[in-house]
Amino acid sequence: MASKPARPRSPHLFSGPMQIHYRWSPAMTVSIVHRVTGTGMATVGTLLLVWWLAAIAAGPGAYGVFLDVFTTSTGSLNILGWVVGVGLTWSVFQHMMSGIRHLVLDTGAAFELKVNRRLAVLTFVASIALTVAFWLFLGIK
Amino acid sequence: MGTEIGRVRGLGSAGHGAQHWWHHKLTAGSNFLLLVWLLTSIATLPSYDHATVRIWLQSAWVAVPMVLFIASVFYHFRLGLQVVIEDYAHKESRFVLTVLVTVFTFATAGTAIFSILKVAFGAAA
Ligand code: HEM
Repeated sequence: MASKPARPRSPHLFSGPMQIHYRWSPAMTVSIVHRVTGTGMATVGTLLLVWWLAAIAAGPGAYGVFLDVFTTSTGSLNILGWVVGVGLTWSVFQHMMSGIRHLVLDTGAAFELKVNRRLAVLTFVASIALTVAFWLFLGIK
Repeated sequence: MGTEIGRVRGLGSAGHGAQHWWHHKLTAGSNFLLLVWLLTSIATLPSYDHATVRIWLQSAWVAVPMVLFIASVFYHFRLGLQVVIEDYAHKESRFVLTVLVTVFTFATAGTAIFSILKVAFGAAA
């Protein structure tokens, strides 16, 4: 046992002093971010959406409580409003872009190394551009 | 305990994997369409005070796609969270978490759809 040769182990990213056995690739980041955004929207996003809908149905009082949490007295977004608003819209756009990437990969396309890498990076470029465009539109309309 | 192969031999798969995968893909498509609608519709609202938002949600053109949105997205994330749970949780905790996620999904979906319909059918606040 003692003379067992060191062999590459998988699929753990970390072993010993935080050793990474694989070279990092954009596809790995997209994969885990798809899971984080999906799970985040499914929990935090769902509770916020249901709270918003229930508050609309309950009336102006309950709706005012919802607004007060995310806005200042002048009606503009407070810090929490910005963090939640931008965080949620970016999550939607990022999950949407990586979701489309999933559907492309499901057809068997885009597995060549260069194309695969480019498509992975493109999901982030697109989601950030869409988030900026969304909030710019809200700001200037 | 027996051998590892002995424990799984003859069990087969649960038999629902392909349907789960396919429904996840179908709802990815319907989520996409409904999200494009919802983001556009919300972004073009003139303001976000209670009266404006209530009139918006009261229209059949909003209430119907909104109910469809809840059905599609909540079914999609219920399928998705099940995959996440099965990746990380085993034995009892897998069962408990799956039940909790199912209860969470039905409770939130029920509340959301009730709220939409209450507004759409014009009940007093
Ligand atoms: C444009 C809309 C959307 C598209 C195109 C989309 C696409 C996808 C796809 C293709 C998968 C499967 C990934 C796989 O096979 O591993 C997935 C997983 C998932 N989605 Fe979505 N989705 C969308 C919206 C949403 C929304 C709004 C939520 C939550 C409220 C959500 C929550 C999840 C979750 C929790 C998973 C499981 C993640 C995992 O297994 O790592 N999705 N999505």
